[in-house]
Amino acid sequence: MKQTESSTFTVQTGRTVISDETMEYVGILGKLELTQEERQAAKKDMERMLDYIDKLNELDTSGVEPMSHVFSVNNVFREDIVEDRDGGEDTLANAPERRERAFVVPKTVDQ
Amino acid sequence: MKLLSLTAVELGKKIKAGEVTAEEAVLASMDAIEAKEGQVHSFVTIDREGALKQAREVQNKIQEGILTSPLAGVPVAIKDNLCTKGMLTTCSSKILYNFIPTYTAEAVRNLERAGAVILGKTNMDEFAMGSTTETSAYGVTRNPWNTDHVPGGSSGGSCAAVAAEEVCYALGSDTGGSIRQPSSFCGVTGLKPTYGTVSRYGLIAYGSSLDQIGPIAKDVSDCAAILEAIASHDKKDSTSILRKDLDFTSGLTEDVKGMKIGIPRDYLGEGLDAEVKEAVLASAKKLEEQGASVEEFDLSLVEYAIPAYYVIAAAEASSNLERFDGVKYGYRTKEYEGLHNMYKKSRSEGFGTEVKRRIMLGSFVLSSGYYDAYYLKALRTKALIKQAFDRAFAKFDVILGPAAPSTAPKLGESLKDPLKMYLGDIYTVSVNLAGLPAISLPCGLDKKGLPIGLQIIGDCFQEKKIIRAAYAYEQAGTYQRSPLAEQ
Amino acid sequence: MSKEYETVIGLEVHVELATKTKIFCSCSTAFGSAPNTHTCPVCTGMPGSLPVLNKKVVEHALAVGLATGCKINQYSKFDRKNYFYPDNPQNYQISQLYLPICHDGGIEIETESGKKTIGIHEIHMEEDAGKLVHDDWEEVSLVDYNRSGVPLIEIVSEPDMRSAEEVIAYLEKLRMIIQYLEASDCKMQEGSMRADVNISVREQGAEAFGTRTEMKNIGSFKAIARAIEAETVRQIDLIESGERVVQETRRWNDQQGYSYAMRSKEDAQDYRYFPEPDLLPLVISDAYLQQLKDRQPELQDEKFARYLSEFGLPEYDAKILTSTKKLADLFEDTVKLCGKPKKVSNWLMGETMRLLKEHEMDPEDLGFSPGNFAKVIDLAETGTINGTVAKEVFEQVFTSDIDPEQYVEEHGLKTVNDEGALRDVIAKVIQEHPKSVEDYRGGKEKAIGFLVGQTMKAMKGKADPGIVNKILKEML
Repeated sequence: MKQTESSTFTVQTGRTVISDETMEYVGILGKLELTQEERQAAKKDMERMLDYIDKLNELDTSGVEPMSHVFSVNNVFREDIVEDRDGGEDTLANAPERRERAFVVPKTVDQ
Repeated sequence: MKLLSLTAVELGKKIKAGEVTAEEAVLASMDAIEAKEGQVHSFVTIDREGALKQAREVQNKIQEGILTSPLAGVPVAIKDNLCTKGMLTTCSSKILYNFIPTYTAEAVRNLERAGAVILGKTNMDEFAMGSTTETSAYGVTRNPWNTDHVPGGSSGGSCAAVAAEEVCYALGSDTGGSIRQPSSFCGVTGLKPTYGTVSRYGLIAYGSSLDQIGPIAKDVSDCAAILEAIASHDKKDSTSILRKDLDFTSGLTEDVKGMKIGIPRDYLGEGLDAEVKEAVLASAKKLEEQGASVEEFDLSLVEYAIPAYYVIAAAEASSNLERFDGVKYGYRTKEYEGLHNMYKKSRSEGFGTEVKRRIMLGSFVLSSGYYDAYYLKALRTKALIKQAFDRAFAKFDVILGPAAPSTAPKLGESLKDPLKMYLGDIYTVSVNLAGLPAISLPCGLDKKGLPIGLQIIGDCFQEKKIIRAAYAYEQAGTYQRSPLAEQ
Repeated sequence: MSKEYETVIGLEVHVELATKTKIFCSCSTAFGSAPNTHTCPVCTGMPGSLPVLNKKVVEHALAVGLATGCKINQYSKFDRKNYFYPDNPQNYQISQLYLPICHDGGIEIETESGKKTIGIHEIHMEEDAGKLVHDDWEEVSLVDYNRSGVPLIEIVSEPDMRSAEEVIAYLEKLRMIIQYLEASDCKMQEGSMRADVNISVREQGAEAFGTRTEMKNIGSFKAIARAIEAETVRQIDLIESGERVVQETRRWNDQQGYSYAMRSKEDAQDYRYFPEPDLLPLVISDAYLQQLKDRQPELQDEKFARYLSEFGLPEYDAKILTSTKKLADLFEDTVKLCGKPKKVSNWLMGETMRLLKEHEMDPEDLGFSPGNFAKVIDLAETGTINGTVAKEVFEQVFTSDIDPEQYVEEHGLKTVNDEGALRDVIAKVIQEHPKSVEDYRGGKEKAIGFLVGQTMKAMKGKADPGIVNKILKEML
């Protein structure tokens, strides 16, 4: 790839194609339900974004360890000591629906 | 309204000297807010009664000599992604429209311990995703320099509140530039500390490996003093770092003699507004005149920072935002059939477009078959970017450049093309990827009269160096107040 | 059935660790409180909360890894497993995928067909979910986060088991090891040990594995055996009738004896694992590992050998006593108090086992103290009470952990050793039963048994039957 093509502000578009099935699948993963219109717009946005992200493929990263944490700090622990108080009221203070001391959700067992 | 023209430290001195009470300071802010909110809309929540009550308590403790911090009695505004016990915390999202935390973020608690008085919560891009504060579910914030323009984002409410002189200082958070870029657009000073310096406990996460809380104020001295108050080693945050050099105000010296400053050529190229470039280079000149050495160099990899950043931030965000599901707190849709429908409807109705966009991108890059190609690739790129900075800091004390490619755009322009908006983060995101500290401070106005921001980046844990350089630069000029502050 | 099939089984065993606090927060792991009592912002997924790792969890996980012959990943990390479910407050579970703390170990099991090693693929640490209670009358479920964040280790076996018998031997061995380490109480009925069973079938001699199904959270060893048998039959039936086994998760209904698929369009089964950014890596140093190795308690094999050499117990006794830590501890603590290892062993092997069976209890449920147990043995050995009384007193110890000395005193159960008094009673018995006396004198040796019994009855059991017998013979 020529240097000019890897310019920051030039994005080649139209390379990534995302299927409707993929959009639906991503919706299931993220628990989002988009209208047909929203989904089309989101699909286009995502295709453009992924085209742009593909820029990373210009970089040779072989032999480079993926870096999750910037600093090499390890072994951050807590001692096993109870600091308990009844957290119930605080826990439930913002519940959209509660019954006594529990959260209420639509029934979870599949019939 | 003169009180609000003071810096936080100056106001703190007056309170300590007994010239002003904490309550009077709160009332001054409340008057300013009443006068200006209609134009700027910096706040999501204003807690007049709570602030007055807190001010009276703090005032007593100041008089009893219990509170001695330079910030004791000074009112503060808090970005709405920091949890405040008993005070609405929405992240500017509908999904948290009624969320009242039962605990306070550690950084805010640190401020409270120092005697700060919390006025309220500032507007932001929803869940800190955006660069304009236009994605808020509670209306846009406007730029105090010109209300047709955006204040930047995502900490736009905090920056606008300071620039409009509704409050002397505020807290923001910075995941990819969210303190520095709006500080630049609003003509105020904002500092993003080294990752791990300020506890993230109670900060509603966007990109956990990138998020840091930092101060937004009128000048460098305030930023140093505020950072000193909020920084702590917090056992509740595993990524919090034990630092021994938290005396940031000791960096407030004008001496930059012998300081080696590097300007990445990559930061001055294509896409950078000519006026911004000119202002940044003029700033470098000033520092050179004060005895620093300035040299241009190639940082490299700059164009890869944004794609790497968006992959990592979106991936982490997609996971961090899973907890908003209508079960434990926040918005639950009114009508639904079964569990999954409840999840989907609550989330689809509760989140805005930009948030949904990033959740989908994040879910996609982590999904089976794409993880290596996108997510691991981005983490490898991050490692290379960190190495590039390591090489630069082997040679230079600080790196200097623009905070943003341009001054504040007009309202409504940016959201039309999200990708273009993302590209505006070019000079800020790599700092978050590498965990570095950086400050943005005003360095002039463009022809439209909008502020330009100068960014100074330091190596990890070298806040004092950037504070030194920024302070020295700041002494050479005078703080310019926004038209709205003048009102 | 025309062909011979082989069942291939692998297990994922979840064990709740015996820590005082949860894995990522300081909330108590105690059972039995009102819903959502032991909760805080961390274990209920409040916005802005962050996890901090409990050191004890790492120690327990390493101890189990070492005891099961695993290699230790000295650089280990946590990952997020993303899926939406209301018992999972963050909608992701913090677990370990890419670098689990232990891997590649195995344990030896013994069944009727001999000894065999079952491989352990990995052991990783993770957090438990909350509890869902389903309302019978309304279409709702109630969520309780008391168990949310309780530490678990998941022990993933290799697909090395071939029968329900092997599976149960493996689970029993695993449970024994973990109990010995005091890393968990491993009570299946309380959910502190749970197994997911992966099953496939293949033709005898085939190299490749068949398609497997996973049976979730089965509640007891017996249910596991039934589920394995039923699933084996189901899969063979499918294959024989030309259909295919579908890879899926199934739920076993033990009452009705069949399983059903847990399928849903909304379960994408794509967990989007990625490294947990809120937790830092674990680095286990050689020195720390050595320290842990030195601290490992004596496990069954060593204990067994020591029981033979130190206490001179028969192999049979030693094996049973060391089969659970509870029995072994009770044995050793009691021997410390009263000596007489063989006597202690006899009481445990005999009366204790009999009463466990009678009460349908496991050795883990034993609640009496070594002190009271030792007292019963002392009372019997010194002849203060006779054998029959000793059994009666022991039963009281077994059920209510009473003080035997006090009990014997209060109920007047001491053996009467006053020969004068005994002779008076016997004389009376002889007088009252002339027929038996006659029989005995006439050569019916057995008749003396009746007279001993009558004397014991008159003494309310508080006599030594041997002595009674001796005196009777004298007097007749």
